[in-house]
Amino acid sequence: MAKASWEVNNVLIVGVGGQGVILASEILSEVAMRSGFDVKKSEVHGMAQRGGIVSSHVRYGSEVASPLIPQGEVDVLLAFELAEAVRWIGFLSPKGRVIASRQRLVPPIVSTGLASYPEDAESILQRETWAPVLVDAQQLANQLGNPRLVNTILLGVASRLLELPHRTWRRVVSERVPKAYRELNLAAFEQGRGILGSSSVS
Amino acid sequence: MKALLSGNEAVARGAYESGVKVAAAYPGTPSTEILQNFAQYEGVYAEWAPNEKVAFEVGIGASMAGVRVLVAMKHVGLNVAADPFMTFAYTGVRGGFLLTSADDPGMHSSQNEQDNRYFARFALIPLLEPSDSQEAKDMVGVGLRLSEQFDTPTMLRLTTRISHAKGVVRLGKIKEVEPKGFTLDLQKYVMIPAYARMRHPLVLKRLEKLRRYAERTPLNRIEWGDRSVGIISGGVAYQYAKEVMPKASFLKLGLTYPLPEAKIREFASQVEVLFVVEELEPFLEEQIRAVGLSVEGKAFFPRLGELSPEVVAEGFRKAGVLKVRRRRSRVPPGAALPRPPIMCPGCPHRSVFFALNRIKGIVMSDIGCYTLSVLPPLQAIHSCICMGASISGAQGVAKAIEKAGVRDDRPVFAVLGDSTFLHSGVTGLMDVAYNKGNVNIIVLDNRTTAMTGGQQHPGTGRTLQGEETFQVDFLKLAEALGIRRVRVVDPYDLKGMTRAFKEEAAVPEPSFIVTNRPCVMLEKFDSSLVYRVDPERCEGCGICLRLGCPAILPGEEIPSKKGKKVRRKVSIDPSLCRGCSVCEQLCKQEAISGPPPRPA
Ligand SMILES: Cc1ncc(C[n+]2csc(CCOP(=O)(O)OP(=O)(O)O)c2C)c(N)n1
Repeated sequence: MAKASWEVNNVLIVGVGGQGVILASEILSEVAMRSGFDVKKSEVHGMAQRGGIVSSHVRYGSEVASPLIPQGEVDVLLAFELAEAVRWIGFLSPKGRVIASRQRLVPPIVSTGLASYPEDAESILQRETWAPVLVDAQQLANQLGNPRLVNTILLGVASRLLELPHRTWRRVVSERVPKAYRELNLAAFEQGRGILGSSSVS
Repeated sequence: MKALLSGNEAVARGAYESGVKVAAAYPGTPSTEILQNFAQYEGVYAEWAPNEKVAFEVGIGASMAGVRVLVAMKHVGLNVAADPFMTFAYTGVRGGFLLTSADDPGMHSSQNEQDNRYFARFALIPLLEPSDSQEAKDMVGVGLRLSEQFDTPTMLRLTTRISHAKGVVRLGKIKEVEPKGFTLDLQKYVMIPAYARMRHPLVLKRLEKLRRYAERTPLNRIEWGDRSVGIISGGVAYQYAKEVMPKASFLKLGLTYPLPEAKIREFASQVEVLFVVEELEPFLEEQIRAVGLSVEGKAFFPRLGELSPEVVAEGFRKAGVLKVRRRRSRVPPGAALPRPPIMCPGCPHRSVFFALNRIKGIVMSDIGCYTLSVLPPLQAIHSCICMGASISGAQGVAKAIEKAGVRDDRPVFAVLGDSTFLHSGVTGLMDVAYNKGNVNIIVLDNRTTAMTGGQQHPGTGRTLQGEETFQVDFLKLAEALGIRRVRVVDPYDLKGMTRAFKEEAAVPEPSFIVTNRPCVMLEKFDSSLVYRVDPERCEGCGICLRLGCPAILPGEEIPSKKGKKVRRKVSIDPSLCRGCSVCEQLCKQEAISGPPPRPA
């Protein structure tokens, strides 16, 4: 019989098509599987990807039933974009944490005046969620010399909140990125991991 | 060995492990990756057929030749393949035949959410429904065995959440299956009425045997828990039910047609209340009611859209068997930003619709990336029903105007993609030529099946397994069918293309126009092609914004007189622009500049 859902770890990774949400969730799922867990991961491909909203549900534990995280049970919400972080906070559990990149991607529909971008996204996160972690991931990636390191940095931050072996993380990250960028990605991962000092993990 | 596989990858792996040697499909979300993955395995043949009917018939032939076969399609694909499907259910198989139908509850990327379980019941063939990737892989082997044992095609029904969700799968050994070879059996395979009448009773007998199998197979299993609530479920719905009612008793159905009546009765007799949790139609519920059992289903679980743990929990709450606190969403209203899908920057489709808007014709369209032109700001098309319906639909409009007294002097256009044209537009074109319809047909030849992620097709010159091959010549094909006015236009040349459309619209006979720019996803980003806006010259007229290109961004406000519309200077995002030059052609202030696009 499936475990009650509180024993399953629920990570929701969100962003916009093209940001690398799927790759990040692949890495996390692989780490969880190699750590001996049952894993399910679900997202929708197709139409939704063309500049659209992308969300990937990753669940791991001794046995996982639903491939979708029940609303209100997300332990970690990892957002690659600010408005996307806000969109999903209703899925968080009372103790769930948000990790959000400070990046903003404004869709063209805003320029046509048919919608507006939530300029107060950061303050919504501060007000509505417990101890959100806001990361200047783009800036950090640029400092490391490659804007594409954003994902790896954010995974590093998330790894602090997910009790999976550090070694396995490093192994999977290095397998999943192009060879030439291996060291750089590992450095980015460690940089992300360092953002939440162990004291701030609760 | 364990691997993390999507349902689609698991089906491909299952087919490989079970000795499938021939596979055919036409792409369609959420089924596409099945063939893409299967095609990678050593020693197998896999093809993209021009459409699902052809794919199915290739499968029939291979099965008659005695090899194991996999055919895959999205739910609506089976509508196209329904003709061979219904009669192959009479003839039965030689090599095992597995049809995979991937349904799309919630219509993530489909035009309807039909429930294809009815197709299995319609054809009286066995129906398997996996609940995760492991079962998806295992059921491929089971399905092929059933197919051979009972002499029937088997249907494996996936849904988006099974196809695209990943789970841990234990990989199995590769089974070698000896091909049986082609034998003559006229009364089995030649369905003239006399022989078909002989097959039909065999179909009914087979169904009775399958019913008995359904009673004993471990695919249908009872999981006893608390007997105050009994739940019958299958597919992904089983997982949601299990998630929210972990202590209840379950009858988990893996073979959902034909149903194990005795097992269902036994289960029903031992629980206090009986529920069916199923996505979309009351397929199980109605059959269970029909045998006289009292059961609840659609009264609590919606018939529309996808299920989810919340939706299922809400159903059980309404039914009074689950206490859940209804959480109030903590999201402040208005914070959720819409992100409708859009055509890519540089997409060669965009300008075609901009030009059509200027001509103000009737535009019957079709299914593909170009269907996005229905959304603002283009709003350029007037229909999209199913693949291929553009040309034949336009013929109907044209004939209603020409012959049935409909007063309308607008020109009639049919607009469709290259893959869609080859799928089911060719027969419509033949109709237009044959019956002399005054229709202007535009084929958007971007040399790929873009909507589903870029698959090869008979117009691309390459096969699924990467071989070079012949390429359909669209113009010659149209000429051979009897169209006299055929031409190519460059969609990056707005003026030239608009002129061509006008010319063709003015001539009272069918015309066939093909665009010649490839999908931007096939080309590498090239920063030397990027256009820029001179902020000194931009007056914020906004005409370029009417293209709906995501690379063109409105910026700084220009002070304007009171009451007048706000004008904004635009800029071009250099990381997105592909240099199609269409915005530059529109700009009256000559504020936009860049290198001319490379020759098509
Ligand atoms: C019967 C059927 N099969 C498959 C699909 C999935 N599908 C939708 S559009 C499309 C093809 C699009 O290719 P094309 O016509 O070349 O247009 P493009 O997307 O490249 O612009 C496919 C395969 C469908 N909707 N219906």
